[in-house]
Amino acid sequence: MLDVADLHAAYGRILALKGITLRVETGEITALVGGNGAGKTTLLRCLSGVHPVKSGRVTFHGDEITAFPAHARVAAGIAQSPEGRQVFGPLSVEDNLRLGAFRRGRADTEAGLDRVYGMFDILKTKRHLQAAGLSGGQQQMLAIGRALMSGPRLLLLDEPSMGLAPLLVDQILAAVVALKAQGVTVLLVEQNASAALSIADRGYVIETGRIAHSGTGLALLHDPAVREAYLGV
Amino acid sequence: MPELLQFLVSGLTIGAVYALVALGFTLIHNASDVVNFAQGEFVMLGGMVTVFATAAGIPLPLAALLAIAVAVLVGLALHRLAIEPARGASAVTLIIITIGASIFLRGVAQIVFDKRFHQLPGFSGNDPIMVLGAAILPQSFWVLGGALIVFCGLFLFLERTLMGKAVLATAANRLAARLVGVDTSFVLALSFGLSAAIGALAGILITPITLTSFDVGTLLALKGFAAAMLGGMGSPLGAVVGGLVLGLLEALGAGYVSSAYKDAVAFLVILAVLFSMPQGLFGHRSVERV
Ligand SMILES: Nc1ncnc2c1ncn2[C@@H]1O[C@H](COP(=O)(O)OP(=O)(O)OP(=O)(O)O)[C@@H](O)[C@H]1O
Ligand SMILES: [Mg+2]
Repeated sequence: MLDVADLHAAYGRILALKGITLRVETGEITALVGGNGAGKTTLLRCLSGVHPVKSGRVTFHGDEITAFPAHARVAAGIAQSPEGRQVFGPLSVEDNLRLGAFRRGRADTEAGLDRVYGMFDILKTKRHLQAAGLSGGQQQMLAIGRALMSGPRLLLLDEPSMGLAPLLVDQILAAVVALKAQGVTVLLVEQNASAALSIADRGYVIETGRIAHSGTGLALLHDPAVREAYLGV
Repeated sequence: MPELLQFLVSGLTIGAVYALVALGFTLIHNASDVVNFAQGEFVMLGGMVTVFATAAGIPLPLAALLAIAVAVLVGLALHRLAIEPARGASAVTLIIITIGASIFLRGVAQIVFDKRFHQLPGFSGNDPIMVLGAAILPQSFWVLGGALIVFCGLFLFLERTLMGKAVLATAANRLAARLVGVDTSFVLALSFGLSAAIGALAGILITPITLTSFDVGTLLALKGFAAAMLGGMGSPLGAVVGGLVLGLLEALGAGYVSSAYKDAVAFLVILAVLFSMPQGLFGHRSVERV
């Protein structure tokens, strides 16, 4: 579904991505794990069109989208729940969700709200409150829900477990698995490698802007090099 | 008592104009962090184009619409030709660009129009209406009514339409707005267009009271900026309150102290805000959790 070929990206003169090649298959959860500053967020920003690509290609469903502006990518079916949640703090929870469906019609928006409220009922309870007043876990649910509101075919999740208590991490990961069952393809970025790889069909390990290992989630979980560097065993 | 009422009405009238200019600052600042010091030129264009168009025989309502259209085109061109190409530049650079643009616009206005002062007749005549002993120009009601319509219209747009919510979302978090598919560059263009239209309307409404010339924009931009700071740059409600308060302070100062210091009030307000409450009256303290 998504093909990334030899992608380079930089901040000023510092290269953050030095030739990333990876593939996300339809209907799967693909995990992208790696340490601090490896380039995970930069890659997702490039995929969403909010960071410029220096060279390389991004193909989505056979169409090259490397030069698409951000809003065209949302329309094409790529949505992102960004690192640090980035909810619209002063706006209500429901307005946050409605904005997630900014590119869709009224009927799709109402159906989307039902779907998200069905998944995270706490958001329905708090739908008239300011997003800034939610707890970290609730903001994460809101960020994922907002991304789902666009009706994406590919969902990019940037560290959804960051800063959450273990119980909440499990809840968020269960939601990701449930989304896969609903037919949403997911690219899951995590520093929490064991959690991500254990629910992933396929995984990539990124180190300083390059893919260092790849394989099925299970294979990476048992790969001695990956275990030593990322799983702390 | 009639005296006080007189000062209050003239303060609210001029304050409504400052509020409109401050709203222009706020809209653009929210969409982009740009402080658009060319905001006063929109007000100048509103008044000047209307003056010259009516002098050319065009009826006032049409002349006013023409003036708003000209200002909107100038606003969009400013965004397209000066702001958009400098995307990603620092806030200071962008501010300098808008100052340069305002000097350029004033220069062009001086050539296209002239250097003299001009007036428009009051829309409903120039005979004062006596209210509780105070003589009030009918044009004051036009200014207050026009401002009220703009405030309500803008409020409905921002709070009741998805596009308005997208403008608020862009102000709250530009990255997230782009990620949900808002074309933030369009939002910024829209903000420039809206600000220009609001500024031009202010210029049209106030010209029968205060006169206009090619360089009225400078002082108006400064006072609108003071009003926006007072309200807490970024809050539309704050802009309105800030404008009205500044207008009242000015009118009361001129009435009870000395009109010689009228323009100094705006500078005092800027200094007072900077020193004692940089957030302004309605500045939102950041409550976002990380
Ligand atoms: N805004 C920026 N300006 C300059 N350099 C940046 C910027 N953002 C990231 N970088 C650099 O780019 C590299 C990749 O950063 P990125 O945020 O993509 O890493 P990451 O894998 O998401 O890390 P983390 O797990 O900590 O979120 C790092 O070396 C980082 O220092
Ligand atoms: Mg990151």
